[in-house]
Amino acid sequence: MLRFRHFRALTVAVFLAACAVPIEHAVAQGADAATVKRGEYLARAGDCIACHTLPAGKTFGGGRPMDTPFGTLYTPNISSDKDTGIGKWTAEEFYTMMHTGKSRDGSLLYPAMPFTSYTNVTRADSDAIYAFLMSTPAVHQPNRPHELRFPFNHRELLLGWRSLFFREGVYKPDASQSVEWNRGAYLVEGLGHCSMCHTAINALGGNVKSKAFEGGLIPIQNWYAPSLTSNKEAGLGDWSLDDIVGLLHAGVSNRGAVYGPMAEVVYDSLQYLTEEDVRAMAVYLKALPARSGDKSPPPSQAVAEEKTSLSPLGKKIYDAQCAECHAAQGQGKPPDFPPLANNQSIEMNSAVNPIRMVLNGGYPPGTFKNPKPYGMPPFAQSLSDVEVAAVVTYIRTAWGNHGAPVTVKEVNELRSAPLY
Amino acid sequence: MRNVAKLCGFFLSALFAFFSFGAFAADAALERAPDTMQARVMGCAACHGAHGEGTDNDYFPRLSGKPAGYLYNQLLAFRDGRRKYPPMNYLLAYLPDAYLKQIADYFASERPPFAPPAPVRVDAKTLDLGKTLVTKGDASRKVPACVSCHGASMTGMEPAIPGLLGLHADYISAQLGAWRYGTRSTVAPDCMGQVAKLLNDRDITAIAAYLASLPAPSDPVPVAAGSFKMPLACGSVHN
Repeated sequence: MLRFRHFRALTVAVFLAACAVPIEHAVAQGADAATVKRGEYLARAGDCIACHTLPAGKTFGGGRPMDTPFGTLYTPNISSDKDTGIGKWTAEEFYTMMHTGKSRDGSLLYPAMPFTSYTNVTRADSDAIYAFLMSTPAVHQPNRPHELRFPFNHRELLLGWRSLFFREGVYKPDASQSVEWNRGAYLVEGLGHCSMCHTAINALGGNVKSKAFEGGLIPIQNWYAPSLTSNKEAGLGDWSLDDIVGLLHAGVSNRGAVYGPMAEVVYDSLQYLTEEDVRAMAVYLKALPARSGDKSPPPSQAVAEEKTSLSPLGKKIYDAQCAECHAAQGQGKPPDFPPLANNQSIEMNSAVNPIRMVLNGGYPPGTFKNPKPYGMPPFAQSLSDVEVAAVVTYIRTAWGNHGAPVTVKEVNELRSAPLY
Repeated sequence: MRNVAKLCGFFLSALFAFFSFGAFAADAALERAPDTMQARVMGCAACHGAHGEGTDNDYFPRLSGKPAGYLYNQLLAFRDGRRKYPPMNYLLAYLPDAYLKQIADYFASERPPFAPPAPVRVDAKTLDLGKTLVTKGDASRKVPACVSCHGASMTGMEPAIPGLLGLHADYISAQLGAWRYGTRSTVAPDCMGQVAKLLNDRDITAIAAYLASLPAPSDPVPVAAGSFKMPLACGSVHN
């Protein structure tokens, strides 16, 4: 699922030409065990594995397809293999790639590789990740060429993209903030590359800085990455630190659970971090300015009528099919059966996520803290478009929730959203 | 001194009362999900039934009573993409091995009653062909009998050969087709893939119709591992 995460922007390094150049001194000899271990931890924080490994494939062998609005990209092999991986790279070359978005041969990386975030990573951390990657088994798996449409297959275009959306520079701590806030900022803005999904992208596949962390629809995969600002209605302003930590570390919290692409982030990356680091990320996120890109306009008459006509059917379905777990008043049985009342994920402007949860169901990830998650059944096979629209309209407007009604058309269109 | 002690006692009991009340209030406010496997697999129940008994839908199979090793193999195959069905691939994508094993054990140990077989929709000749292939195979085409791996009573064999009864004809037919075309596969050597590729459309219709026409077994438990020797090697069964 998360394989689609980086579709949002054009992608990925083509290391092909680079790998053909015979330079022998690249191996991280002498990297001590502690550095390798630290590198492994940082590689988890960067979630390298999610994109650079096929499901059940050889770790870091690459080859994972990423459908983007511009064509399909295939992630490169980043294992220590000298012929098909990055075994011939030096630590310097690796850092240049992370920091500047330029591959070993000087070619410009497609920004599905989150170098706009990784540029914040320190040289020491980059070197540790490099040492870790060099310590992993060599996977001999040649890179697969991207299948991008004209003109996106021309890397020169990236020069323009970079001038609009990329600012090179290592993270600079803010002395007026706490150590914890700074650690959180470094992780969120750097290795965590949260803005890839949680900041809206424009038609050129770039993040708009003024809309940072206000949320946005992830193209192709059709999930909505919610706002992370401290806005009370749409963002995290109303969440306790413990609930944010629970969500990011365990995958479930008293306020909601992760699902869709975020389930993969928790499964492959966040659950492996220390609770201190996850808490630091929560501290930073909770302190983001309370902007909101998710203010709903007042409902039109047509919309209000939709609510009136759909809600009674919605309540009937809710009582019969949903209330057993989510409870009569939408209070849920947290953390395993999430509350629907006062839940941003249900109420937010975009109804994509609640519609998809009803259609497709979902299991939060199995994590160290929550190894046996409870799952939501899919209803695509048993409820009609009208019934799904009715029940989603009901949960978005009952119990004081102030979401807008959804239409039958929205439901119908999401039936064909990719699942896997 | 005594007053101080009294005061301390008072504070302590007040504190105790406060915390007990706090604990009570928390319990009352937050009802928790039942700590059972049945509650955890409610995500499966909408299609497979609360006890894995299956539903009216032809394509959502009965799970209960199948060998745990078989169910576990299927869960892994769905999660890792060897068996392709997007709704299942999606639901299992981020579940760890240990949990999938527990889910498999849960459904393997359930024993809900079987539904009566659906009316037969094929002619007697086709049903007869099905019976022959299931019980005897076709030596001329090197097609082994189903019973030679799935057991004479067709309840499967531990740890990983599934039973064939209580399934809808359309489901069996879809699975044999999926094996033929490679959308369902298993760890090599993929014995069922080899067999399915020897079958033609008519064979598949016949086998599916015959199996679906059989009544529920009196003892649905899979036979013990190694009860008989199978005619071909299967990667999904660790011999």
